[in-house]
Amino acid sequence: MEEPEQGFAAGRHTCRPGILPGPTRVSSPQDDTWNWCVYLGHTMVLQPSERHYGDWNHRRLGPWCSPTGSPAPLSCETGCGEGSWILVCRLLVPTQVSLLSMEEDIDTRKINNSFLRDHSYATEADIISTVEFNHTGELLATGDKGGRVVIFQREQESKNQVHRRGEYNVYSTFQSHEPEFDYLKSLEIEEKINKIRWLPQQNAAYFLLSTNDKTVKLWKVSERDKRPEGYNLKDEEGRLRDPATITTLRVPVLRPMDLMVEATPRRVFANAHTYHINSISVNSDYETYMSADDLRINLWNFEITNQSFNIVDIKPANMEELTEVITAAEFHPHHCNTFVYSSSKGTIRLCDMRASALCDRHTKFFEEPEDPSNRSFFSEIISSISDVKFSHSGRYIMTRDYLTVKVWDLNMENRPIETYQVHDYLRSKLCSLYENDCIFDKFECVWNGSDSVIMTGSYNNFFRMFDRNTKRDVTLEASRENSKPRAILKPRKVCVGGKRRKDEISVDSLDFSKKILHTAWHPSENIIAVAATNNLYIFQDKVN
Amino acid sequence: MMLSKGLKRKREEDEEGKEALAVDTWWLDPGHPAMAQAPPAMASSSLFDLSVLKLHHSLRQSEPDLQHLVLVVNTLWRIQTCMALTAALPPMPSLPTAPGIADNLLASSDASLSASMASLLEDLSHIEGLSQAPQPLVDEGPPGRPTGGAPPSLGALDLLGPATGCLLDDGLEGLFEDTDTSVYDSELWAPASEGHKSSPEDGPGKEEAPELDEAELDYLMDVLVGIQALERPPGPGR
Repeated sequence: MEEPEQGFAAGRHTCRPGILPGPTRVSSPQDDTWNWCVYLGHTMVLQPSERHYGDWNHRRLGPWCSPTGSPAPLSCETGCGEGSWILVCRLLVPTQVSLLSMEEDIDTRKINNSFLRDHSYATEADIISTVEFNHTGELLATGDKGGRVVIFQREQESKNQVHRRGEYNVYSTFQSHEPEFDYLKSLEIEEKINKIRWLPQQNAAYFLLSTNDKTVKLWKVSERDKRPEGYNLKDEEGRLRDPATITTLRVPVLRPMDLMVEATPRRVFANAHTYHINSISVNSDYETYMSADDLRINLWNFEITNQSFNIVDIKPANMEELTEVITAAEFHPHHCNTFVYSSSKGTIRLCDMRASALCDRHTKFFEEPEDPSNRSFFSEIISSISDVKFSHSGRYIMTRDYLTVKVWDLNMENRPIETYQVHDYLRSKLCSLYENDCIFDKFECVWNGSDSVIMTGSYNNFFRMFDRNTKRDVTLEASRENSKPRAILKPRKVCVGGKRRKDEISVDSLDFSKKILHTAWHPSENIIAVAATNNLYIFQDKVN
Repeated sequence: MMLSKGLKRKREEDEEGKEALAVDTWWLDPGHPAMAQAPPAMASSSLFDLSVLKLHHSLRQSEPDLQHLVLVVNTLWRIQTCMALTAALPPMPSLPTAPGIADNLLASSDASLSASMASLLEDLSHIEGLSQAPQPLVDEGPPGRPTGGAPPSLGALDLLGPATGCLLDDGLEGLFEDTDTSVYDSELWAPASEGHKSSPEDGPGKEEAPELDEAELDYLMDVLVGIQALERPPGPGR
């Protein structure tokens, strides 16, 4: 077969969608021909849909780039005919670049590098808004502002290449939420995915909850690797046959097909939240979950979508009296009757659902008294808790406010047992940060699998880790310039005053538009996922 | 305990007598390090303007971020109190309850300051900041709770809520001045009876208790907001 011009994807082939960094030659298993696939940086290429990929995202089309780097429009409006490509533009920069494609053609690397540095194709819809590993760490889900969910799967470790640990490749993509319009209030409901939470795996399929401001959805992600062939009433293309032409009957058989991953919405939990949903949390009974908005928390049963129970309601009868909102909520990892929720005043309430149906009266109330020497106009804002997470053991809770991360023992309500300064050098800049609204940024925090290390994000694409045992901490940076594949991350340091060392960065040089709000830690291994605006970084412990 | 009125408890609260009267008034202390940083009046006033701008901007959104709004309002309250006190005013009498003190501060604050703030709030008051969604089909729990009789801590929050009393009482006639509202008057406010044809504004067929409760008021407010929203161009969105 004639070699197509480099830079054009011609014909069709069957390949498993994945992130490949540059023009790649992929061979078709069916007829052993091969074709080029050109990627825009790390664009995901979908198979043309002579098969039905109902959940693939057809809508967000990115510009097609020839190897010289100049964008050219791709005419995808013609639809999904055979031989055409449907392109989804997504900029992701995994640090584990698949070496397979790099080795194939040397000259692809040059193109690859230029793609990597080109930021102009990033759109706001690609901003990652949530990251979550599933319970085994095999899958990693991200949600973005455009309402899409992308799931990565860790590839099986091969015995031949022991030094290469399993890398994450794209497994499934689907449009979880669409923008909606509330006609009565004349306002648009954003499709941005606020949170994703996985359900524990109980059969071959994977289940996750995803939510935007108003609606929670339960998605089922399942694989299909067989398809039925030999229908009597339909021909091989799926067209109905004229019954008069059927003279024999045959039994359809299941034949293997290329692996297809499909995501289907199984439940939609809507119309239960007046305010914006900020948290969802699956209960340890695996039958219920809760969703929390600014003023209320509702308890759902996975099977029932038209009803939820309100378990917390802090809305005052007179809205004039409103001074506090709910900022985050989570179920205890083991006790299905216990949950916590945090507030904009820096308090955490632990509630027991056995005590009463409406958990307005808390069982425990966690609050640290204010330090009088640190008071300012912004005291309340910086004390507002942006995230609350139980430790895996269930003994501790961790909270994130604007400047610190705190660890609380469930048995001690009057103060945290540990406080870690994330970026205390910002304390003198609160006024400017109030002005540009950065002071309202909601950072998340995570535990590692053994609850010995905690991690949270900061500005300038920095993220911080704190070792609870050794009390050591480290600042790392997630950026393309500094991260070559397999490069070891160098610790960073912010210079707070005085003489700045060579590799330090001064507070005034920090880029406050580069914020790391969302991070995730593998449940058992030292693998972390860090979302930096529209880029996802996956870092692993150095393998010996 | 559920809603603290914007005040945190002090670090040392071992004096019994003080506990009930403990009011966070660090901004009154001229020796406080935060106050000593910059000329208080100047810093406060620019922060005040900034906060009012933020509040204004937040309320102009079609659906304000409630957390942002609450934090800005609370901060604005702190700044405003500080400014009022640094404007060389007569000392305010100490009162037993925090809301009472708040009210008193407002009352004794600088006349022009409170007048400008009041006029700003009045301008903003036509914006329904926080409307309620149409009543969802699920039970939302007990509809109301006793307010405890505490007066509002900040007038700005009037425009946050449905402010059911004032808008309905005064504004309803204003809104529908040349419209015959007898249908709404009779259908919505009277106890539900079988003979009545349901008005277009009725909720989704949910059975309601005869007397008007918060749920119905919420829904009515929502309708009014919908009408208001249609009359003005939608905001820039979130």
